[in-house]
Amino acid sequence: MSNRRPSRILSLSTLMVVLFLNLPVWIIGLYAFTTDEAAFSFPLPGFTTRWFGVAFNRTDFWDAFGLSVRVASIATVLALILGTLAAAAVFRSKFFGREAVSFLMVLPIALPGIVTGIALRSAIGLMELPFSFWTIIVGHATFCVVVVYNNVIARFRRTSWSLVEASMDLGANGFQTFRYVILPQLSTALLAGGMLAFALSFDEVIVTTFTAGQQSTLPIWIFSQLTRPRDRPVTNVVALFVILLTAVPILLANRLTEAGEQDLGK
Amino acid sequence: MIRRLSNFLYLRPTVFLVLMLALPVFWLGVVYFGSLVSLLINSFFYLDDFSGIIVRQFSLRSYSGLFTAANLDIFQRTASMAALVTLMCALLAFPLAYYMARVAGKRLKALLYLSVMLPLWSSYLVRVYSWKLILAKEGIISWLFKTLGMTWLLEGVLNIPVIGGPSLSISSIGIFVVFVYVWLPYMVLPIQAALERVPISLMEASGDLGAKPSQTFRKVTLPLVFPGVVAGSIFTFSLTLGDFIVPTVLGNSSFFIGQAVLSHQGTSGNIPLAAAMTTVPMLIMGIYLTVARKLGAFEAL
Repeated sequence: MSNRRPSRILSLSTLMVVLFLNLPVWIIGLYAFTTDEAAFSFPLPGFTTRWFGVAFNRTDFWDAFGLSVRVASIATVLALILGTLAAAAVFRSKFFGREAVSFLMVLPIALPGIVTGIALRSAIGLMELPFSFWTIIVGHATFCVVVVYNNVIARFRRTSWSLVEASMDLGANGFQTFRYVILPQLSTALLAGGMLAFALSFDEVIVTTFTAGQQSTLPIWIFSQLTRPRDRPVTNVVALFVILLTAVPILLANRLTEAGEQDLGK
Repeated sequence: MIRRLSNFLYLRPTVFLVLMLALPVFWLGVVYFGSLVSLLINSFFYLDDFSGIIVRQFSLRSYSGLFTAANLDIFQRTASMAALVTLMCALLAFPLAYYMARVAGKRLKALLYLSVMLPLWSSYLVRVYSWKLILAKEGIISWLFKTLGMTWLLEGVLNIPVIGGPSLSISSIGIFVVFVYVWLPYMVLPIQAALERVPISLMEASGDLGAKPSQTFRKVTLPLVFPGVVAGSIFTFSLTLGDFIVPTVLGNSSFFIGQAVLSHQGTSGNIPLAAAMTTVPMLIMGIYLTVARKLGAFEAL
């Protein structure tokens, strides 16, 4: 299709939109090195790497980071189990309520995040549960399931079931077939789905605001810095750190699923 | 033992299915859907003004509390922002999606795809933060205007009531720009997918029959891609309706729905009113989805 020459307006507007989408993130990289402590002046008054050291020694940042990593890990494991089971059931059999199950899967991301947040908050309130690590997990696992579900069901649709039948015909039992035939086929979809679920959980702030109570995940830490800027230089460094950290799984997941083939949409 | 269990499951697909579905259905059907129901229940309770205690009795008091001038103002502000953001996203997404689907070769296409994917999946908060830097009074945009000798223009725009403010980073223009920026990828992807599905032969036929490229675009491409635009707009609209981060970071005291919900449940502890208030975005989305379904957007998702 590349034989047709695009009009100049089309090329130019495409370029502008791509720059609009990507330049702001580069600005973060620039500001991590600024010597400016009190404002966001541009051009930068000077360059320094000293904020990296300052940020590294901040315990509040590391506490928030640690909490986010723990939450995202457990939410991802839960999402992998729930999403794979649901995908297998929906793919394998036609049953009453199948549509309802797949609808239920997407509901947490189709509804505005604030609805999911306040819904969990009001359930926590009605049951008079205290806020804890696990209230955060419940919220995160809920919207992470769909990412795994989408990836796994897409993979199921592309693999042929005859392999499973062949495995059974050759005498493997159900667990062997799962271990040696199904799992290897799913592995990259699980890895991609898992990484995306991790990224989604690691970054989530709207639902977390309602389920965290006084706890501070990394996004909540960043959000509090955004509303009451106290340590601008440290925030700049943390922002850069987060961007670099999330870019790695996204690029890897993109590799694993091959561009365009997979439904990466949240 | 294992073999017997495996045979047992193979021979009883219903048992197997129930075993597979039990956990996910429990999670989403009981934990999540149950929470939504509790939200509904909560919205029929009310906060006693004197004691500050939530009264667990059926009442429509929280709902009637929605219809104050201040709240109607919030709903209107949020809905019109969502509509404007959606419109702008569609306008910006179209050229990029068209270029990806119709013009770019394989390598360039993969690159463009990545340039949409990376922002979509990288930290939303950090992306909002980046605009706080860019739009700051002493930041890049102000510097650009100064260098071009057009500070008067920027000041003029900021002086316009409603959309302006003390600086771009505390104004409705700022909120608008950042919303468009964060939700744009959600619009690009469905439009691109819809464009991929339009057969080239149709466009060639249109050209052969004497249509100018602009006519082909208007009469052939656009109607076929429209469901994709509507599909994308579901995301941009719903995400804007439910967001409280962007207006908190870049806004002033004029609230959006999300901020109002947050402050009702937080500082005043009025969960019933917050719960009643979330029915507004859900209602708006319900209407929106019904219209979208009529327009054939679900096939394009």
